[in-house]
Amino acid sequence: MRYRLGIDVGGTNTDAVILDENRRVVAKAKTPVTDDVISGIVQVVSRVIREAGIDPSQITHAMLGTTQVTNAIIERRGLLPVGILRLGSPATHAIRPLAAWPEDLRRAVEGPVAIVPGGVEYDGRPISAFDAEAVRRFAEQAMEAGIRAFAVTAVFSPVRNDDERRAAEIIASVAGSEATISLSYEIGSVGLLERENATVLNAAVSDVARRVARAFADAMARLDIRAELFLSQNDGTLMSLDYAQRYPILTVACGPTNSIRGAGFLSGREDAVVIDVGGTSTDVGVLVGGFPRESAVAVEIGGVRTNFRMPDLISIGLGGGSVVRWPADRTGGNEVQIGPDSVGSKVVERALCFGGDVLTMTDVAVARGMAALGDRGRIQVPAEVIEAAYRRAVAMVEEAVDRIKTRAGDVPAILVGGGSILLPDRLEGVSVVERPDHYEVANAVGAAIAQVSGTVDRIYSLDNRSRESVLAEAREAAYAEAVQAGADPDTVEVIEVEEVPLAYLPGNAVRVKVKAAGQLRSA
Amino acid sequence: MRQIVAEDLEYLAVGAAILGTGGGGDPFIGKLMAQQAIVEEGPVTLLDPEELDDDALVLPTAMMGAPTVMIEKVPEGMEAVRALRAAERRLGQKADATCPIECGGVNSQIPFVVAARARIPVVDGDGMGRAFPELQMETFHVYGLSGTPAVVADERGAIVTLETPDNVQLEWLARGVTIRMGGHSHLVDYPMSGADFKRTAVRGTVSMAMAIGKAVVTAASRGVNPIEAICEATQDTLYGRAIPLFEGKVVDVERRTREGFAVGRAVIHGLGRYRGSELVIRFQNENLVAVQDGEVIASVPDLISVLDHETGFAITTERIRYGQRVTVLGLPTPEIMRTEAALRVWGPRAFGYDIEFVPLERRFRDYYQRYGVPNEKQKYLTA
Repeated sequence: MRYRLGIDVGGTNTDAVILDENRRVVAKAKTPVTDDVISGIVQVVSRVIREAGIDPSQITHAMLGTTQVTNAIIERRGLLPVGILRLGSPATHAIRPLAAWPEDLRRAVEGPVAIVPGGVEYDGRPISAFDAEAVRRFAEQAMEAGIRAFAVTAVFSPVRNDDERRAAEIIASVAGSEATISLSYEIGSVGLLERENATVLNAAVSDVARRVARAFADAMARLDIRAELFLSQNDGTLMSLDYAQRYPILTVACGPTNSIRGAGFLSGREDAVVIDVGGTSTDVGVLVGGFPRESAVAVEIGGVRTNFRMPDLISIGLGGGSVVRWPADRTGGNEVQIGPDSVGSKVVERALCFGGDVLTMTDVAVARGMAALGDRGRIQVPAEVIEAAYRRAVAMVEEAVDRIKTRAGDVPAILVGGGSILLPDRLEGVSVVERPDHYEVANAVGAAIAQVSGTVDRIYSLDNRSRESVLAEAREAAYAEAVQAGADPDTVEVIEVEEVPLAYLPGNAVRVKVKAAGQLRSA
Repeated sequence: MRQIVAEDLEYLAVGAAILGTGGGGDPFIGKLMAQQAIVEEGPVTLLDPEELDDDALVLPTAMMGAPTVMIEKVPEGMEAVRALRAAERRLGQKADATCPIECGGVNSQIPFVVAARARIPVVDGDGMGRAFPELQMETFHVYGLSGTPAVVADERGAIVTLETPDNVQLEWLARGVTIRMGGHSHLVDYPMSGADFKRTAVRGTVSMAMAIGKAVVTAASRGVNPIEAICEATQDTLYGRAIPLFEGKVVDVERRTREGFAVGRAVIHGLGRYRGSELVIRFQNENLVAVQDGEVIASVPDLISVLDHETGFAITTERIRYGQRVTVLGLPTPEIMRTEAALRVWGPRAFGYDIEFVPLERRFRDYYQRYGVPNEKQKYLTA
């Protein structure tokens, strides 16, 4: 028997699961996140292997979902200065790279900047001739400044990426193999500034990504696991460790994505709302055809607008550790307030039922008999307060569910995450509430079952060709990308097709987005 | 006269999105362009129309084409300045000021780019007091000005001067040139004297957009409801006070493209005191008509804006979708936009709706009797 290992490093806990060849959960474990992250991974993985009673050599694939890259950006830690090259002159000078970035992040990241000729129009015609000499001068100047990370963005590179690739070759010839070169067409979609922002962030975290990848590989080696290693990314699919080091930014929202995918897998549903209740917050997302629905608007990371693939989420400040307050002179009613602060992983010390001094949502669940934790007798709070807090929590979740729906009518909901014991079996706007087995490790399961995918997002001109031939070309390209990313060609399916006619351009331009995904090619 | 700094443009972007009534393009790119120009060149003077000499030359400036292209092929920044210089050469006179052709959406910001770079002031007023999709949909056209000579410019240095017998043809040809320029262009049109500006422009719209934006952005820190803040900010303008028309949840959106325009409707189910009621908004890039339970309650050229219920920020027709909690706000259009000549160009019938235009002040007489209207609108309060 061969097995796969899924690991999720979250804000509070590190979870691990082992799945067999038939993708059944054979073991699971949870442990608090450690400061160095990696010892926590070693700890939880050795436990889960022991519990499964298997030999580490039987694990053929190991998948890691981690927030370390995201944290590096948010906390401005370990970031490299980036040489920023934009191809599109004379266009685009009106807005310099890193415009509207938070000042501290800009200072941490900004290296030499150049806007040089290159790039194309929406229909692929060149804006201006590629200028190899200008690119070379930029690369040499950056090298003199000690820059090792580069971000290259060309206008309409999602339509034609030739100039970005030519620039990358020149930079590599100047800067040598040590340099990391991030190309925007592999990261974001149409929207120059947002795509450039994401590309610069990607280059800035390349050191962090290298460390994560090395630590992951070391941890697996220490445990005698000789599996193929992957990192999970925002859209619920996997990337090889090598690809992840080149495109680490694509991991920043993998946590919620893994929960949504894991919830779908564990419940056997393809379409549902997923409610993931953690210690501090609740994420509500949507599962469509087995994948998270993507956000249609610009997404901010660390205060910077980006436009790459991110799950559409509504996060609310409700979790097992959320602090509940009520006015001392009155009880119940609408006066009860939940969060937004939380005692987080300290809930086992600070909650009333564990002998602490803070009324938390966990106490509310215990007092109502929804969970058997700690000592129910220690929760000396008026029943009206408990009931009001409970009603408020349910209403918060119901509103979030309603906001994330795309059409009227009841939908099924899947509850996952350790905190989901707080919620009832009936919710307004929900046809059926599912609590699948292993709900508390849905994110690690999501990492373990992730697929590999390819996405195409381009603007096509319909002037001289049919819509059918455009769609066929896009499907073809997405399929090829998925296979290149490691998918078994026999299992690759087109899972999403989106066409957006471009306003103000009568009849001839359309933006087409196609995504294909398939099972991992077995080792 | 006042000096406009980078921060004012933040407010302008928020206010202009509300005056954009769902269209006009996202002001974000325009804001960043104008902010960079002001940071590099210094603040821009915003002139009250009364401060303009009658024989001054005003050259309105704007961006034309697809916002979807503009967010990728970001402008060079000097396109409109080159168009301005070409127009000056053609007219044999230097520009004394520029102004927006529309104060809604991205075009509220472009004149600030030009003004900073060319070191001329912006006059506080525009050609529609909102956003509309075509170049002849301007008070400048309605009140007899020629749109030409007009100049269209791209980032590569191409400059096309257009001279047309009428303004509808200007729109048609300029759009064709814009497509050949890669999907968007910058232009100067309706060259006019200071006297013409005072006669034909919708006045004070730039500062009003800033005031609305500031009211919304600062509402939370002042502990004020943002919708209420907008109503107050519009009270003493030539529009008159905005009116909350409806509150609810978006339950359905239909959208398709026709002749390059996003055409469709949004259905909103009432919440709070509107529970049990349904509002349908019909749009063509901009919101055109609002129908509550089968009855028209607002239409062009009055402004219909869909706002996020909590933040008061505008939601465009491209971004509106199921589940959003919204407040629909009506803003009565200024009188200059409601003459017979004006309504022929942008009344409901001009957009294919067989309905009479009835001003908001007449439909909601109780509200406007309570809060009052500008002097020239008193006539709507009498039966």
